[in-house]
Amino acid sequence: MADQAQILPGTLDLLILKAVSLGPLHGYGILLRIGQISGSALLIEQGALYPALFRLVRQGLLKPSWGTSDNNRRAKFYELTAAGRKRFREETEGWNRLAAAMSSALAAQPEEV
Amino acid sequence: MNPLAWSLGWFRSVAAKFFRRSETADDMAEELRSHIQCRADDLERSGLSRPEAERRARIEFGGYEKFREQTHEALGGNRIESFLHELRFSARVLRKSPGFAFAAVATLTLAIGANAVVFGLLDGLILRPLNVPHAEDLYGTEYGADAGFQSYPNYLDLRDRSHSFQDLAAFKMVFTGMDTGGDPQSANGFAATGNYFSVLQLQPYLGRFFDVSDERGPNSAPYIVLAHAYWHTRFHGDPRAIGRVVQLDRHPFTIIGVAPPGFHGTLMFISPDYFMPIVNQAQVDGGDLLHDRSTIQAIFETFGHLRPGVSPEQASADVNAIGAWLARTYPKECGQKHFVIGRTGLTSFNTPAKEFVGGLMLLAGLILLAACANLGSLFAARAADRSREVALRLALGSSRRRIVRGLLTEAALIALAGGIVGLAASVFLLRRIAVWQPFPGAPLHLPVTPGPAVILVALFLALVSALLFGMVPVRQVLRANPWEIVKAGSSRRAGRRVTLRDVLLVLQIAICAVLVTSSLVAIRGLVRSLHAPIGIEPRNTMVVIANLAESGYTIDQVPAMQKRLIAALKSIPGVEHVGVVNNYPPLVYTAAFRANIFKEDSTDLRPGSAVANPFRYDISPEYFAAAGTAFLSGRDLAWHDDKGAPAVAIVNRQFAVTMFGSVPSALGRYYKLQDGTRVQIVGVVEDGKYLSLTDYDAPAMFLSNLQSTAPQISLIVRSQRDPQQLTAAIRSKLRGIDSGLLIQPDTWNNFLSVVLFPAHVATMALGVLGMMGAMLSITGIFGMAAYSVSKRLRELGIRIALGAQRREVLEAALGRALKLLALGSVAGLILGVLASRVLSYIVYQASPRDPVVLAGVVLAMALLGLVATWIPAQRALSLDPLVLLREE
Repeated sequence: MADQAQILPGTLDLLILKAVSLGPLHGYGILLRIGQISGSALLIEQGALYPALFRLVRQGLLKPSWGTSDNNRRAKFYELTAAGRKRFREETEGWNRLAAAMSSALAAQPEEV
Repeated sequence: MNPLAWSLGWFRSVAAKFFRRSETADDMAEELRSHIQCRADDLERSGLSRPEAERRARIEFGGYEKFREQTHEALGGNRIESFLHELRFSARVLRKSPGFAFAAVATLTLAIGANAVVFGLLDGLILRPLNVPHAEDLYGTEYGADAGFQSYPNYLDLRDRSHSFQDLAAFKMVFTGMDTGGDPQSANGFAATGNYFSVLQLQPYLGRFFDVSDERGPNSAPYIVLAHAYWHTRFHGDPRAIGRVVQLDRHPFTIIGVAPPGFHGTLMFISPDYFMPIVNQAQVDGGDLLHDRSTIQAIFETFGHLRPGVSPEQASADVNAIGAWLARTYPKECGQKHFVIGRTGLTSFNTPAKEFVGGLMLLAGLILLAACANLGSLFAARAADRSREVALRLALGSSRRRIVRGLLTEAALIALAGGIVGLAASVFLLRRIAVWQPFPGAPLHLPVTPGPAVILVALFLALVSALLFGMVPVRQVLRANPWEIVKAGSSRRAGRRVTLRDVLLVLQIAICAVLVTSSLVAIRGLVRSLHAPIGIEPRNTMVVIANLAESGYTIDQVPAMQKRLIAALKSIPGVEHVGVVNNYPPLVYTAAFRANIFKEDSTDLRPGSAVANPFRYDISPEYFAAAGTAFLSGRDLAWHDDKGAPAVAIVNRQFAVTMFGSVPSALGRYYKLQDGTRVQIVGVVEDGKYLSLTDYDAPAMFLSNLQSTAPQISLIVRSQRDPQQLTAAIRSKLRGIDSGLLIQPDTWNNFLSVVLFPAHVATMALGVLGMMGAMLSITGIFGMAAYSVSKRLRELGIRIALGAQRREVLEAALGRALKLLALGSVAGLILGVLASRVLSYIVYQASPRDPVVLAGVVLAMALLGLVATWIPAQRALSLDPLVLLREE
């Protein structure tokens, strides 16, 4: 577990949007998908997912609907709304800019200053 | 938006939030469950047993409750939820200290109940206008000291000459017998001018109203309109009553309509049974009053709507100009009197009603103040008790804001409970007052319905007073240093300095002592007025009111009929004396007439130059013997003092002294009546009370009723016999003379109870308020004493263990409470004595500078102290030091 990173505050929403953008998922599925796409590098406390999910639903970014999971359990599936897709694009761009800025800042050598 | 609709809407939205929340709660719980199941499935696939897999899944999930709460917050709508949570928590805290909760709620109940009742009276009797359209610009006229009383010709001039009223209507009260074909019964009506209903802008409930077109000269409109309530009770709400002919005082009248249900006539305290045109007044009054400008008995009140844009001040100037014109034009009949414009409905009751309710409000305000002081000390004591709990919560990281919010929620809960219980009690009481009929036959009507205003005021007072004193502990929380308190523990002695609680207790006891003082003063006043000399001996005396006009006799037949009645009653065994007085005897129905008198040689008979204004009674011979009035000098009237004989009078001592200097010098002298008649004084009797018990040194004259007859007489029958037997004998005797005679026999003492009614009510009200004050001070002292005993249990235990005597233990435990009690009582007593001026408005002969009252207050407060400290004292004395020291 030591090699798993705590996610930065504010990034959970973006991760959820990303996971759901790949296809409708239920809560547990979202967790699995995040683990899968991050190569199990990002740790999310399972219960902490739900406050974020409800927040996103309330902001109109996700649309919930009840359905049946692969192993025949009743589960609530989430998919992106139009607003959700727009927000996902904006946040991704924002994150990429930030990440690029951060990595170039951190890569700076003494002679470049 | 009205408050009811508003609160309904509020409840609906809260309820909606509540239900939606429970729906989403179920939804969410299911989703979380499904998550855990999915995870358990995966774990099971990796080789764990199902129960183990589920356990692991739950552990991995983390703090279920915490996330559930967070999810709720993410959902919004959380404010209501946390408010409800706060409420539940506060209710639980209060349930844990039932003594405190009960004392606080009871205190508030008393105070809110008393204030709501008094405000209900104020609202119903003084603030609320008559229940007619546009009552806000409906004004009545008061004419000099005679309130609304007026002559009919004066009313006509007022109506026709006034520029400030749209139209002026007028009415008088009539007391009649109504015969619907069976048993004749007394019914009271308003004889009203033709424009009465059109001025009031009312529409009939059934049939039609009479109007100006019906007025075509004397007795031209034999119609009556029934009041809605009377139509229900006497005619069983039968629509066929319209068109029926009934007999009023043996004259036929046709029922033409029914007034609307909410209309009880144009007087606040009296609701008539029916309305009739005033042009037919002579038929029911037994004599024409409409053509005499000098009488003030023709009109009870004149009223109308002001023209748009006319202020009451302008209207007042206008009618006063007419008044001056009347005095100039008819100097013989109209004195120079000042007109006052006032709200219709209260007219002559205006000042006394306002003074009475004002006095009550003052006292109810005191109750509220005492209750607030009580609440303050309750909350302060509780805060001291909870300081450790609060400190612990602060130390454990709870925010001050949250603790303060909890304290305020508790205060609000107490306010709500006390307010609602107090309000319920006051609604019950007000309903009882509204249907109260203290005197059979008198159409008393107190329109006090507990409206939304009463509810709002009560809840507002409750919230303000509870929140104000809920703030007492807040100060403490905000200042508290958790470490100090937790370290020191709760048994820390507070030291000897004066605390807020002490001040509040003294204040409260002082207020209660004022209330106790005032109720004792009231009771003393009542007892005194019962024993003051009143110039008659009401014991063993029966008053038989016989309305000869209602029974169909004309004025000319009255003297002969009166002789027959006296003879008949005298033939009843056991009857000692029978006398007659026209209308009502003294102190019955607060009805008495005053008349202007002039010097013997005066030729100027205008009202303004009268030398005195004594009460006037017209009596038969033997009246004084029957009434038990003592002769000071001279002779009684005799049967030969009749129409043909010279006018003679008997006067009271005060009359003789004012007019002629002394009793002997008055005998045989003459004076003049308004109409110029020269009257010789043939006798002088003792002074008495006539209109009310508050009369002081009122002059009175008694003329022969054989020389001036009236349609209604009262027979005074003195007998040692049992009143009930006597009543039966009187009824059967009089039925033998005329079976249709309307009589109303009762003991004089019963009639006196009507006169004593205001004093009784005032005494009752003050007594109740005094009791409340006493109860409040008991709870206050009890709380203080019980608290100080329980705080010092350990110290007391040590003292007892070291061999302290009972007296010393008590002194240590209760000395402070008793000192505060004494201080408060003395302060209250002094304040009560100073407040006597206020009391004298309400209670007759109120004098707190009365040794009995002073001793009574001291005794009462000492008793209260004893009662209130009894239980704490017992507790202090019965302490077992061993048990106590082991426990602490």
